[in-house]
Parts: sequence; structure tokens; C-alpha cells
Amino acid sequence: MEASDPVTGLVGFAAALRAAGLPCDAHRVQAYLGAVREVDLTEPSQLYWAGRLTLCAEPDDLPRYDDAFAAWFSAAPPRRARPAPDRLPKPATMAALTEVTAGDEGTDRPETDELRVAASSREVLRHRDISSLTAAEREHLRLLFATLRLDPPLRRSRRTRPSHTGRLDVPKVLRAMRSAGGEPVRLAHRDRGSRPRRVVLLVDVSGSMTPYADALLRFAHAVTRAAPASTEVFTVGTRLTRLTRQLRHRDPVEALTAAARAVPDYAGGTRLGETLRAFLDRWGQRGTARRAVVVLFSDGWERGDPSLLGEQMARLARLAHAVLWVNPHAGRAGYAPVQSGIAVALPHVDRLLAGHSLATLEELLREVRRA
Amino acid sequence: MPEPLGDPERNLAWAPVGSPADLAGALDRVGYLPDEGIATAAFLALRLGRPLFCEGEPGTGKTSLAVALAAALDVPLIRLQCHEGIDFTQALYDWDFPRQLLHLRALEAASDTLDADTAERSLYSRRFLLARPLLRALEESPCVLLVDEVDRADDEFEAFLLEVLGENAVTVPELGEVRATVPPLVVLTSNRTREVHDALKRRCLYHWLEHPALAREVAILRRRLPGLSAELAGQVAGAVRRLREVELLKPPGVAESIDWAQALGVLGRSELDAESAAMTLGAVLKYREDAQRVVAAGLDRILAG
Repeated sequence: MEASDPVTGLVGFAAALRAAGLPCDAHRVQAYLGAVREVDLTEPSQLYWAGRLTLCAEPDDLPRYDDAFAAWFSAAPPRRARPAPDRLPKPATMAALTEVTAGDEGTDRPETDELRVAASSREVLRHRDISSLTAAEREHLRLLFATLRLDPPLRRSRRTRPSHTGRLDVPKVLRAMRSAGGEPVRLAHRDRGSRPRRVVLLVDVSGSMTPYADALLRFAHAVTRAAPASTEVFTVGTRLTRLTRQLRHRDPVEALTAAARAVPDYAGGTRLGETLRAFLDRWGQRGTARRAVVVLFSDGWERGDPSLLGEQMARLARLAHAVLWVNPHAGRAGYAPVQSGIAVALPHVDRLLAGHSLATLEELLREVRRA
Repeated sequence: MPEPLGDPERNLAWAPVGSPADLAGALDRVGYLPDEGIATAAFLALRLGRPLFCEGEPGTGKTSLAVALAAALDVPLIRLQCHEGIDFTQALYDWDFPRQLLHLRALEAASDTLDADTAERSLYSRRFLLARPLLRALEESPCVLLVDEVDRADDEFEAFLLEVLGENAVTVPELGEVRATVPPLVVLTSNRTREVHDALKRRCLYHWLEHPALAREVAILRRRLPGLSAELAGQVAGAVRRLREVELLKPPGVAESIDWAQALGVLGRSELDAESAAMTLGAVLKYREDAQRVVAAGLDRILAG
């Protein structure tokens, strides 16, 4: 029994936090041990703060840290953070995990479908509705995701670069003058360059969107990997979950498993207005939505108050550079945007697009670049 | 503990701070009332020599923490305000080109036989170097370096900042290395308009600041506005607290409650009632929608609790 060595216990605590999804790398654990040495351990609250200051990296980590601290040290955190309006739930529910894996494997589909894959050529597959695909076709479609052209949209940067046009680069001209003994021999210029514009994907994972959720999250993963610094992904449904960190994983399987573990309301109800408000309060208004291209994937079946959704969409439209609504049903013949949610949101949306097939997702990427 | 805490002997500058409680006392004496989390965060930042990364709602006292730390430790505060496109000539150092040219011309005029080497050496001397905040912090340390709103800078700048903070030294190619004898106490603040790269965060202590508890907010109000009566401070703090619980676009921070109490004081009110609140609502709510929502919900309810 190594219980006598406190370091073992502390490192174990850090490992438990890592399992709960906190970014406790070796660097942070080292800082943690250093911090514990400095504080007065007879005060339980000092032990709490030593860990919270060194092992957490964002506000979403704090409730998880509090829970883990209470469980590991059997001591209540000194002052429980007042629960935010949309407090993140406990991670890693097995149900959510298995649900997505089931969709992954497509075990609910008969395996005889395999035969049809050969027949469905790539071009046909591109235009097929994702929800009607067989398990094997889905597998094939996943490979086609690699063919998407993913370059992010661009915006003018405030950072200047050497250029042939633009403002005179006085320091550079003066430097040249210095070496030429004070004569201006060559003029240099700087001009503003371009940078990736932020893209925010809000994916509705409620029950009515289940047939598309897996494909859309894969799509979100591909977009995130192409421009990790300028892409943000959230799921909306009954609560808001930020998936950016999980989807930055290089490997799609690992990324989606981590995402499934993080999303508590998979295939649940839809309260778009409320979750959108949570997004705008906690992220959007601060800057995540500002000057960004915001893409909302949803069928617009709102169970909450539609007027709240309308209000929040108006707010989003005022913040964002462009708002695109992607509705998988919009591609169907005879579709009319009459669902309670989409009807109130439509005046604040720049484009309403279909997103039920690979071809329409390609079209979406073109629209995002053009926005 | 005698104040100030700073020691004129540079190497011992941080030594007198023995515990978070000591530091809390020192901050209290300069008018900043920290809770245990803030005091522990600042204490560990000093003792472990790590930057302190502060995030939190606007108006929870991130920037004023750095200002108060500088005052409490009796060291200078050096502030670097970040913005998009900030680069090292604005953050670290720049050469004073116009003066260098004038100097060159003066040298030419003064002597016909100009020794090229001497001329060049005299051009790249310290007096032509313009120290920007980061270099000043390294030169003047012990000091508090406030890197404000680091989320507004871009990733290129973050990488560069990481390098300077990691080494506590910079190299000016023409002059040589500038190294801080005592690492400056670095406070970074972010409003989360953008997620700061994890490589930078993990070198820092991370502290999430929250709105203060009611009693502490009353104490802050009375400390900042000495003429304020206990009742009015309590009323304002209570009303602001209830406003934070209503769904608002911009919940009021401590700065807003101070403004509000101050506005009431200027109007000569000794009590926060529906009438005086309606007149001064603009001091605490900064969005039209928020004001409408609160008025519609009934000011009396917010005031009465």
C-alpha cells in the first residue's frame, strides 16, 4: 500500500480528472504538485484551490473538478459555484455512448444491404438522402467525406504583410536608407492580409435529427480538422454542449467517441430557443459569433416557445457575419418552411439550405466560403 | 506585517508574502477585497513563478486585480493592451529609426573620416531602443505585467508571448540578451472572445473569477465610495445580485454596481426606490432590451427581492 506517499494520491486524483475530460497533462500535474507544496494543507479549501488553479483550463471544467474533488477527497468544495443557467451535466453517460456507436455500426440495419453498395455508384451516393442509406453505404460515404473541399472562408486581417501595394513600410525604408548611407533607394510597402473567418457550427441532436446526427458530426469533424483555430462546434437540443475540443482530435473515431461522451441530450427533445440563448450568452455575444459565419443544422421542430427562438435568432443575426440554416428536409420535394421554429427564424437567416446529402453539404461549404 | 510588502532588495522582492492570507491583507489595504480563490491564485502565481491567467464575466475585477497587486507589492504596473494585429514592435521593442538617421547625418557632418564600425555601433546603442511593455517589464522587474485581453491578439502573437514568458528573457540581436533578475508577476486577462491556445494556458495558473458574494460586494462598494451609507450599499448590492439572476444580455458587474451607487450619490438619494432606480437604470443596464425586460418585470420586484 503506497497510501503513505501523498504524491501517489495526488497524481491519482489528476488521473481521475483526466478521465473526466480535464486537460491534466504532465505539465499541469507538475504545477499541481508544486502548488500543493506551497499551500497550507490543514485547510481543505487550500487543497481545493491548489488543484483548481493548476488543473482546470476553462469554466466548463469547474463543475467537473468540483464533483471529482468531492468524490476523491470526501470533502465538499469550499464554495460551490452558483450553477450557471445552463450548467454542464456530468460527462460520460453510457447510454449516449452506445447510442452513437449503434448508429456507427448500423447494427439496426440488415446486413444483406451490403450487396447494394456495389451498385450504388459514387455519384448516386453523393445525392442520396443520408437518412435512407444502409449501414454499408454510410461506411462508403464516410470515405467520400475526405473529398470535400474544406478551405475556410477568409476575411481581411488587421495584421499587415509585406506587399507591393498599400501603405509605405517606413521602418523598412529607413532600414534600407541606413545601409545606403541615408539615401532612400528602394520603397517598401505593407498591406493587410487575409485570415480565416470563424465558422460556428450548431448541430441539433434532438430526436427528429437522429438519422443525420452522425453524418453531421463527422462533417463537423472534417471542417474542424481543416481549420482548428477558427472553427467552433456546439450541439443544441435540450442543452448546449461545446464539442470543439473533442472534434479537434485527428482520428475521426476517437473524436466522435469523445463527442458522444460529452453530449448528454443525444436524441432528446428540442428547445432551440433556450439553447440558442445559452450559446449567445455564454459564447456568442462575447465574440464567438461576432463576424463569424454561423451554420445552424436543424429541422426547426421547436417544442419550446417559438417567439423566444425568433428573438434569439434576431440577436444572432445582429452579431454574426452571416447566418445559414441547414435543414435536411429542405431538399425534399414539396417542402415548405412552416415548422413553428423555422417560420419565426426565417426572417433572420441569410440562406436556407438543404443538408441531407453529400452534394448538398458540398453546396453548403461553397456558401460558407462565399458568405 | 509592515506595509508595503515589496522589498527594495530585488532578489527578495516576493519573499515577504508568506501565505494567501498575508497577500489578501495587503490587497485589502490598497482597496481590493479578494476572496480566498483570488488570494490563493495570486499567492501561487508569486511563489511558483507562473503567470496567472484570469477569465470571468466582464466586471468581476480581472484588470483591477493586477492594478491592486502592483500597489500591494509596491512595484510598478506595466500594461500591455492586446488587439488584433499587435506585433513585436508594439509589444517588445522597436528601434527609433528617425533618431538613428539624424544621428547618422550628424556623424557625417561632424567628421570627414567616419569610421564605419564606430558609426554602426553608436547607431545600435540602448538610447535608440524604444522599450515596449514586455521589454520594460523584463528590465524593470520586479513589477506586475498585465497582459490585458490576450484573446484579442491573434495566434501568432500568442506563440511569441509564450516564448517571452517561458524564458523571462529576450534577445535583441544588435544588443544582446535582456534577462529579468526577478521574473515579473504576469497577469493575463481574457474575455473569452476566442479560445486561447492550450500551450499558453498550461504554463499559467487558471483562475475563473465570479461575481463577489453579497457581503463582499457591499464591502467593496463601501470601500470604493467612502460616503456611501450601509443601507444604500446593501440595497444596491442586493438589487444588482437579483439583476444577475434575471436573464439579461449583459448582467451587471461590480463596476456597474459602483457606477450605480455613485449615480445615486450624485443625485443625492439616500435610498434605492423605484423612482430613483428608474432614473439611474442606465448606470447599471447597458442594453435597451435589458432595461425593457427589467421594467416590464417590475422594478419593485427587483428592488424588494
